[in-house]
Amino acid sequence: MSTPDVVVTGLGATTPLGGDVEALWDGLLASRSGVRLLEDEWVDKYDLPVRIAAPLAVEPTEVLPRVEARRLDRVEQVALVAARQAWQDAGFGPDGDAEVESERLGVVIGTGVGGAGTLLNMDDALETKGLRKVSPLTVPMLMPNGPAAIVGIDLKARAGVHAPVSACASGAEAIAWAFRMLRAGEADVVVAGGAEACIAAITMAGFAQSRTMSTRNDDPAGASRPWDVDRDGFVLGEGAGCVVLERAEFAQARGARVYAKLAGAGTSSDAHHITAPDPEGTGQARAMQAALRSGNIDPQRVGHVNAHATSTPVGDVTETVAVRKAIGDHPVLTAPKSVIGHMLGAAGAVESIATILSVYHGLIPPTMNLQELDPGVTLDVVRDEPRKMDIDVAINDSFGFGGHNVSLAFAKA
Amino acid sequence: MADNAQILAGLAEIVEEVAGVSQDEVTPEKSFVDDLDIDSLSMVEIAVQAEDKFGVKIPDDELANLKTVGDAVNYVANNS
Repeated sequence: MSTPDVVVTGLGATTPLGGDVEALWDGLLASRSGVRLLEDEWVDKYDLPVRIAAPLAVEPTEVLPRVEARRLDRVEQVALVAARQAWQDAGFGPDGDAEVESERLGVVIGTGVGGAGTLLNMDDALETKGLRKVSPLTVPMLMPNGPAAIVGIDLKARAGVHAPVSACASGAEAIAWAFRMLRAGEADVVVAGGAEACIAAITMAGFAQSRTMSTRNDDPAGASRPWDVDRDGFVLGEGAGCVVLERAEFAQARGARVYAKLAGAGTSSDAHHITAPDPEGTGQARAMQAALRSGNIDPQRVGHVNAHATSTPVGDVTETVAVRKAIGDHPVLTAPKSVIGHMLGAAGAVESIATILSVYHGLIPPTMNLQELDPGVTLDVVRDEPRKMDIDVAINDSFGFGGHNVSLAFAKA
Repeated sequence: MADNAQILAGLAEIVEEVAGVSQDEVTPEKSFVDDLDIDSLSMVEIAVQAEDKFGVKIPDDELANLKTVGDAVNYVANNS
C-alpha cells in the first residue's frame, strides 16, 4: 500500500479579527489590526508596562449555549467553536456523521498554556471563599488536553485524541501529528488545530518581565511589526483555529471540496536555550527540510513561506536565515502576526489556515507595519497590499519557547 | 421554613442554572442522573448551591442517596 496523501477539507477559526475564517482572511488581506488597548482593571492595578493585546472579536459565550459554555474554560470554548466550524465547512453534519466511523476519526488540538483563567479564578475562589466554592470542573477546565478532549467528545472521535504542548508551536505540531496519524493509516479523518486564551494579568506580567512584548501602547495597531527595524516585541493574541484533514482517497470518495494538500510536515528541536532560538537558525532549517523531505518536495517548488515572525528583535531575522538555508532565496514571505498578534498555541493552526487559503486563492496577505525592512532580511516580503501569486507549495513555520520547531508544507490540490 | 412547593421551585432554578434543564422538567419523580442527564460533577455544584439557598448541610454520603428531585426536596424540608 502506498503512503496515503493528506488533504485539507475544512477550516474553522475564531480570532481577534472576527468569529469565523472569512473575517480572518478578509482582515489579513485588508491589514485590519486586531490589537487593542486593554481596558481591564488589572492593567492599572499592577502598572503593567504592556497595555495592549489582540483579544477575540467575538466572545465564545455569544456562540455557545450557556450551559455548555459554563462547563468549559475559555480555551476550551474557542477550540469547540473553531472545531465545529471546520467540521461543518468540511460538509459533515452537526452531530457526527455516518460518512466517517467514530473509530476512524481523530482529534489533535494543542495549546501553549491551557486553562489559565480557570486556574486563576479557582485559586481566588479557594483563597477568598474556601473549598466549597471551588468548582468540581476545575481540573477538566484547566488541563491542557481539555480543548482536545472536549472536541473529541463533541465529534465522537475514537481513533485517538491528542494534545501536543510545545508553546507557540503547539497548533502546528497538532497538524503535524494529525498528518502522521493519517499517513500511518490510524484514521480516515482528523480534526487538528490549536487554541489559546490567556490574556490575563499574570501572563502579561510574565511576558513583560521577559522583555519579549511590545510596549508600543500609544499605537496598538502599529505595535506588531515583524521585520521592521523599529519592532520591539510581540503582541499577545487569543483564539483558535482548526482544520479537517483527511486521507485523500476518503475525501475523494465522499466528494469533499479540497482546499489544499498537506504535503509534508517536519519537526525538530534546538536544544539551545529555553526562550531564544538558535541564532544560526539551524534547528528551524532542519524542520523545514524535514517537511520537504517527508513530502518528497523539491525546494524550488516552494514559492511562499508564511513565517513565524513574531516581531521580536532576535527571532525574526533568524527565521529568514533558516529559510535561505533550507529552501533558498526565492520564497516570498509574509507575517500574519503583524495583524492578529501572537496567538501562542493557536498561532500555528490559525496561520496554517492563512497559508492554505494563500495556496487556494493564489493570494498572499501583506505584512502590516513594515515601513523599513531590517537590513538583515534579504528575502522578498509582501507588504502594503496583497500579492497575487500562483503557489505550488507554501510552508508555514511555527517555533515555540523551548526550542520546538514545526514546518508544514501545503501544496496546491 | 419553606414548604415543599417553594423548595421544589428553588431547586428547579438551581438545576436550570447549572445543567440547563428547563424548570418545568424538574419534577419530584425525576431521577437526576437517569431522567435529567445530570452528571456527578454537576450534582456537586447543585448541592453547594442548594446548601447556600436553603441553609442546609448536604454531606457527601447523604448526597449519594438523593436519587430523585423528590428525595432532594424531602431532604431539604427535613433538614433546614
